[in-house]
Amino acid sequence: MDANQILIKVVLITVFAVLGLVILLPRRGARGMAIRRLTLLLVMVSAVIAVIFPNLTNAVASVLGVGRGTDLLLYGLIVVFLGFAVTSSAHNRRLDRQITDLARQIALTEAPTAQDGRTPTEDVNPA
Amino acid sequence: MDPAMSDADRIIAEKTWLVIPLFNEAAVVGDVIRYARETFPHVVCVDDGSTDDSAQAARRAGAHVVHHPINLGQGASLQTGLRYALTDPGAEYFVTFDSDGQHRVEDALDMVRRLATEPLDIVVGSRFLDDRTKPGAIKRLVLKAAVVFQNVTSGVRLTDAHNGLRALSRQAASSIRVTQNRMAHASEIVNEIGRLKLRYAEQPVHIIYTDYSRSKGQSVWNSVNIVSDLIFK
Repeated sequence: MDANQILIKVVLITVFAVLGLVILLPRRGARGMAIRRLTLLLVMVSAVIAVIFPNLTNAVASVLGVGRGTDLLLYGLIVVFLGFAVTSSAHNRRLDRQITDLARQIALTEAPTAQDGRTPTEDVNPA
Repeated sequence: MDPAMSDADRIIAEKTWLVIPLFNEAAVVGDVIRYARETFPHVVCVDDGSTDDSAQAARRAGAHVVHHPINLGQGASLQTGLRYALTDPGAEYFVTFDSDGQHRVEDALDMVRRLATEPLDIVVGSRFLDDRTKPGAIKRLVLKAAVVFQNVTSGVRLTDAHNGLRALSRQAASSIRVTQNRMAHASEIVNEIGRLKLRYAEQPVHIIYTDYSRSKGQSVWNSVNIVSDLIFK
């Protein structure tokens, strides 16, 4: 419970706040995609560095006030996982909407026209 | 058509489309449509990917049937049905109606009559303007809470936030956009009334809670899903 833990708390809370913003303001287009790819690249590069210099994670962890490097990795994993969950659910909602529009268009195209409602089809499938 | 109807009612009914979302209601939908068509000749059923004989039953009863190729939800079905009915240039009034027999055709006719005679865009049914309808205690509490939430967020003053019986003018039917596929569409329609500044009124209606409709009806758990759908659009 030393003062150093303030640092990791600030870092984690900031990241979660940013994720919250991502939920409220889903960004589309070239910039959003570029940011996603750069973030992924950053994660990959840090992973490679962490593999080459395993002690580095310990050093970073102690700077941030976290006990061990493995703890830091766990926190990082949680953050990345939540980020993934948030962005993919936003993506799914967008897909849902597109599928709805598409299915509705198919339904309306295949239906007999409503103007024929002036003379309703009494019995299409005579029993 | 019902021979007992007055000429004025007949003219109004001729310009009305009943929009009925349909999902696995083969047991009752045929009778519901046959009875409704004694008053309203034009009925469109949106078959939301039913796996039983609902669509055939609806067609045999004389409804137009539009098929969703996959199950999309009741809100999506309503929007599809409205889009379909709007393509009939003779259509002036649009009624959203349930397929399970819980709505009364008499109430629907009263509501369309008000659209025809009063300066209104939409008439929404309410279970709570009189005490004919008898939902259970928990359901009543959840519905009341929904009304308070609804009034605060939309600025539209209604006594019943989730009544499926509504009558819409052509203006209302063509401007309201239902994007909530599942049950949150009822709240969304109220929000649209506020956003589009539509002229609205409430009509006391009687909901027939039969054992059948109760067994198919919404569980109160759905209120959680509705609020979540509305927040995370």
